[in-house]
Amino acid sequence: MTGHLVSAVKVGKRYGTLQALTDVSIDVSAGEVVCIIGPSGSGKTTFLRCINQLETIDAGAIWLDGELTGYRRVGNALRPLSEVEIARQRRITGMVFQRFNLFPHMTALQNVTEGPVQVLKKRPDRAREDAMALLERVGLAHKADVYPAQLSGGQQQRIAIARSLAMRPKLMLFDEPTSALDPELVGEVLNVMRDLAGSGMTMIVVTHELAFARDVSNRIIFMDEGRVVESGPPEALMTNPREQRTRDFLRAVLAPAPTSGAPAGEAAR
Amino acid sequence: MADMNNPPVDATAEEVDVARLPHIRPRHYGRITAVVAILVIGLFLIRAFAVGRIDWTTTWQYLVWPSIVWGLINTIWMSVACMVMGIVIGVSCAVARGSPNPVLRFTAIGYAWFFRGTPVILQLLIWFNLALVFPTLGVPGLWSVNTVDVITPAVATLLGLGLNEGAYTSEIMRAGMLSVDRGQYEASKSIGMSYTQSLRRIILPQAMRVVVPPLGNEFIALIKTTSLASIIGFSDVLRNAQDIYYDNAKVIELLMVAAFWYLIVVSVLSVGQAVVERRFGRGFSSSDKQ
Repeated sequence: MTGHLVSAVKVGKRYGTLQALTDVSIDVSAGEVVCIIGPSGSGKTTFLRCINQLETIDAGAIWLDGELTGYRRVGNALRPLSEVEIARQRRITGMVFQRFNLFPHMTALQNVTEGPVQVLKKRPDRAREDAMALLERVGLAHKADVYPAQLSGGQQQRIAIARSLAMRPKLMLFDEPTSALDPELVGEVLNVMRDLAGSGMTMIVVTHELAFARDVSNRIIFMDEGRVVESGPPEALMTNPREQRTRDFLRAVLAPAPTSGAPAGEAAR
Repeated sequence: MADMNNPPVDATAEEVDVARLPHIRPRHYGRITAVVAILVIGLFLIRAFAVGRIDWTTTWQYLVWPSIVWGLINTIWMSVACMVMGIVIGVSCAVARGSPNPVLRFTAIGYAWFFRGTPVILQLLIWFNLALVFPTLGVPGLWSVNTVDVITPAVATLLGLGLNEGAYTSEIMRAGMLSVDRGQYEASKSIGMSYTQSLRRIILPQAMRVVVPPLGNEFIALIKTTSLASIIGFSDVLRNAQDIYYDNAKVIELLMVAAFWYLIVVSVLSVGQAVVERRFGRGFSSSDKQ
């Protein structure tokens, strides 16, 4: 596991009788951009949520930046860490949600400064400066004093990205960041993500945007029924997949939609 | 179908004629009747009280009578203290209700069950008569006091009304916290916030928006409920008004004094509630739209 920023080994997760994840093993090196694709219910979002401990895992282990997450080895067993320890470990990762989850009672700027001021105990004026730079970076400095309800979905998602970046994470997790957006707003969010990838940020992106996955990622992982089916460089995986299931999925997603104008993401559901 | 921008050219002369007529506003005869009825009843009431056997100069004279003002102050501080106690207990219980720990959860449920299940007047009487059960209070062997010295009417009222208020407030708070989207907890966790930080900074401020109107209701009810405490000897404004009329037999005059002050306090409170509502409505109200 040395050298990898994320190292997941034989991760398992079950909800009651549903086995959501089985033996998922994935390594991600620093600077890598990895896209996870797969049909809905394939466990890709669950896996992402396990990495930053919004879900606890039942089997296996995940290391982030060399540190075992969520548990501490005591003899021959893994003991869960305290809430405070887990909160500290979460700071390594930033998370961008499908439905943005901006804090509606705070302005765009306050959303971005909240973490640095409350969690990192930065001085408010410093946090403000940094936040403005981040808003500038996502192209929304002019919306600093606006509440989320007054912003479009695409703008909200860009603020959400800035909010995560403000914590200076080593790893950014994106959970279907464009799935809740109107088609014409998808581009602006993908552009911000493309810039971020270009700046060397390590990213794991759960997405239905295959074009983005092909252009931006270093590696695509295809998941189905809670398992990693195959993974590889985007070009190879998309043009010449080894597994039948991958082929079926790609054909279903890439096939021209029966009614014109339906985006590719719709067909994948 | 005819073009919408050009009137149909084949309209008859009569149609064109009718279309030119002025439009008259409808008459609301029902409303007019109601307004007249209200005015008549209103005038009748004013006249009745003016010529009735109420000595308004006495009412006026007692409006700022020392014991009335003192009672008013007691009513206000007791209401505020009970409400603060109620909110603190209410938030704690609402959080306990959401805890994965069954002991905490059932303690909160049991508390609300007991204090909502018995009349508040009975609870006041129990607190006031606590000395019958426990003649002394304290840590055995270390320190103790006589219960009658500690449980004064004011303390019994604070405990009785405050604990009762906490039970009701806990349900209001729980509803408010349930109204906040799960994604908000997750987003606050994802930026490294602890549970208490996310409650304080993210969840409760949003819950407040939902919770303020019913809390205002509770506060108003509480102000009037303090008058119940007069049965255990707490000197609120109503009790002190009664003490005066037992003496001078100006019953209605002094009840009017008390009514006046309750209305004033509740009015001021309603204004305060509107301000608080606006404060917690930030980012939600439609007036924020640009």
